[in-house]
Amino acid sequence: MSAQPPALEMRGIRKTFPGVVALDGVDLALSAGEVHMLLGENGAGKSTLMKILSGAYRKDAGEILIDGVRVEIAGPRDALARGIRVIYQELTLVPQLSAAENIFLGALPTSGIGGRFGLLDRRSLQAQTTRLLEDLGIAIDPRTRVGRLGLAQRQMIEIAKALATPDDAPAARVLVMDEPTSALTTREVTQLFSLIERLSARGVAIVYITHRMDEVFRIGRRVTVLRDGRVIATRGLDTVTVAELVRMMANRDVTDHFPKVRAARGPELLRLDRLSRSGVLHDISFTLHGGEVLGVAGLLGAGRTELARAIAGADRFDGGQLHVAGTAAKFRTPADAIARGIGLLPEDRKAEGLVAGLTVARNIALPHTRRLARWGVLSSRCETELARPIVGDLRIKATPTQPVRLLSGGNQQKVVLGKWLAGGVRVFIFDEPTRGIDVGAKVEIYNLMNRLTAEGAGIIMISSELPELLGMSDRILVMHRGRLQTVLEREDATEERVVGAALGLASTLSADAPPGGVAG
Amino acid sequence: MNRARQFGTLIGLVALCFVLWILTPYFLTVSNLLNVAEQTSINAIVAVGMTFVILSGGIDLSVGSIVALTGVILGMALRDAQPLALALTLTLAVGVICGAANGLLVSHGGLPPFIVTLGTMSIARGAALLVTEGRPISGFAPSFRVLATGRIGFVPAPVIITAAVYVFAHLVLTRTTFGRYVYAIGGNEEATRLSGVAVRFHKAMIYVVSGLMSAVAAVILTARLNSAQPIAGMMYELDAIAATVIGGTSLMGGEGTLAGTLVGALIMGVLRNGLNLLGVSSFLQQIVIGGVIVVAVLLDTVLKRKHRA
Repeated sequence: MSAQPPALEMRGIRKTFPGVVALDGVDLALSAGEVHMLLGENGAGKSTLMKILSGAYRKDAGEILIDGVRVEIAGPRDALARGIRVIYQELTLVPQLSAAENIFLGALPTSGIGGRFGLLDRRSLQAQTTRLLEDLGIAIDPRTRVGRLGLAQRQMIEIAKALATPDDAPAARVLVMDEPTSALTTREVTQLFSLIERLSARGVAIVYITHRMDEVFRIGRRVTVLRDGRVIATRGLDTVTVAELVRMMANRDVTDHFPKVRAARGPELLRLDRLSRSGVLHDISFTLHGGEVLGVAGLLGAGRTELARAIAGADRFDGGQLHVAGTAAKFRTPADAIARGIGLLPEDRKAEGLVAGLTVARNIALPHTRRLARWGVLSSRCETELARPIVGDLRIKATPTQPVRLLSGGNQQKVVLGKWLAGGVRVFIFDEPTRGIDVGAKVEIYNLMNRLTAEGAGIIMISSELPELLGMSDRILVMHRGRLQTVLEREDATEERVVGAALGLASTLSADAPPGGVAG
Repeated sequence: MNRARQFGTLIGLVALCFVLWILTPYFLTVSNLLNVAEQTSINAIVAVGMTFVILSGGIDLSVGSIVALTGVILGMALRDAQPLALALTLTLAVGVICGAANGLLVSHGGLPPFIVTLGTMSIARGAALLVTEGRPISGFAPSFRVLATGRIGFVPAPVIITAAVYVFAHLVLTRTTFGRYVYAIGGNEEATRLSGVAVRFHKAMIYVVSGLMSAVAAVILTARLNSAQPIAGMMYELDAIAATVIGGTSLMGGEGTLAGTLVGALIMGVLRNGLNLLGVSSFLQQIVIGGVIVVAVLLDTVLKRKHRA
């Protein structure tokens, strides 16, 4: 009996970048219909491996086999022609076009004589899309403009796009998904998973990159752990535990995922009094004390990021008041907020946190340049000296003089954090501080939060991960449609209560919340 | 990588000089090389401002018209027998004001730089024609013309001014907070704003630098021609953009150096001079120069792509 060759096999893949061995002899094999989880800390080589598969990078050595046949993948078109489809973390849709146009963007159907001149066959486009979406069980009107869809729906369209088969390419054999759920709500995740199950049942081999352990065990059949560009192990998920996986990834025991240390409550740092921004935030009131981590929960669109930006001076608010350390403050720009000791770690680090072309040191020093400079003259040495202890402290795997573009996601996030550690900041606003980073780096960030609160700083932490909110917050504010739905003390906070309030189900503030938690 | 890129452009310049030397021995004489340097100085100075603007992710189409406007202001002041220091100050001030108008419309008005400077390009040109009634102003005192005709040792004054401008601007770009913000704004404006940088103010200042550089170029041009002409500086914006881009500055902003721009300006200058020496018709020259711009940027893109893959 000869076994079926694997749908995808990568053997001895090696890739180096100047000064770094990104992949050092990596093997990966998937049978048809398998959902294979790919785990590893940031910088372990997951993305590089997938980019080689998708043709974005060329491998230095090794071979790739599809259904037992050796193939050369020199570019994205080759990958497409071999039935390999990749869905990247960053969505690649054109918001101005319809769902149907996006899905078939690379192979828009044309018709009849007009087709020769590029005349679109709109009926055929509509029909093909409807068929595809029905087939995948996605309930979205093909004519909807993508810009009007939510993140989860865009994700669905992205998957449909990956699976839409142009005439000249074979059907998808291998689908790579890079943290597809990082922006999705629980219900949307369930939808996505049932879609993945349908694809798997059809024989599509799926490589699934994630940092969420619950997902690994929920949909994966086997798992491969990468560390420092090497495969540590490939195991069936029925033969391995979470603790083992974490140990393999980090090479250390992360026994306590949430090493929360409660700090003594200090003086009032920040007080919001009926803060409002028309259409976005309504009458938000709360107080943040030194030594406190204030979690902010809520669904996408509940106004959490808007709240963070209003406090940090990134957006104006048009009603209510903000008090910093007891005195009223009105911020016109982020610079005003920073001057009063408020630092924002934005939600989207690439778009808002980093200047990719600048070095690690220059990014970290950016908020401090005026202080570092004398008569406007700035020395690179000053910047490097400012950054070096922070780079060491946060264990950023880079030198201060490397451009941040070359760093992995977790290290980039640490650089954004590092910007606010160089002094002066008392109120830290962390918007999704651990999104898309691995367990080891998460714990490092939690420990940093403990240290900051022990030193008397206050932290507002927005997060979509319930365990993280419950594990690290002293209090949890739950937002719903731009309003503060409830405030829960650490002792009273449970998953059910937070989720209920976030959905707008639980009783409102006045009835349920402990009065001590709310100001104004 | 940046350094390798500049090195590549420099090799291009050297190769170009070598070819011209073979084709026409006169090219590599001291007097001709000084001539090239002098001719290049005006475009090189305008390109300094353009480099600041492009590094920040913008574009300035109004530089040529500002050269004309500031030039005729200078000419009128000199014609009216104002003291030289006053005339020069006035000229530079007008350049700063033009740049500030561009900058404020871009930064505080939130308009696209392309549109704003397209508008001021026409406005400044019109103003230059209006105040002079379209006629050039010619014949200036030797005390002023020395800015173009003077020499220190054997080096012409415009070359010295250009060198000074480059050294100073290079230090500003690499050693000051302002310079750092130019790169940061071009690299990621929102991240820079959230870092507490006064982005709007600095953005406006970038266009002020460009206006000022146009005024400096106008001074040299007026002294060289011994004439201030309202139709001067036509197409200077394109030459300056070409020098900047050939020099490796990314039109997306955030990446590039002044050293590259200088080499870019020299490549343009050497090419023009060489083609003149070879007796190539001015029509054909345009085609050759256009080709060189495209090939230079193409090479750059290909090399960068290879580097990243």
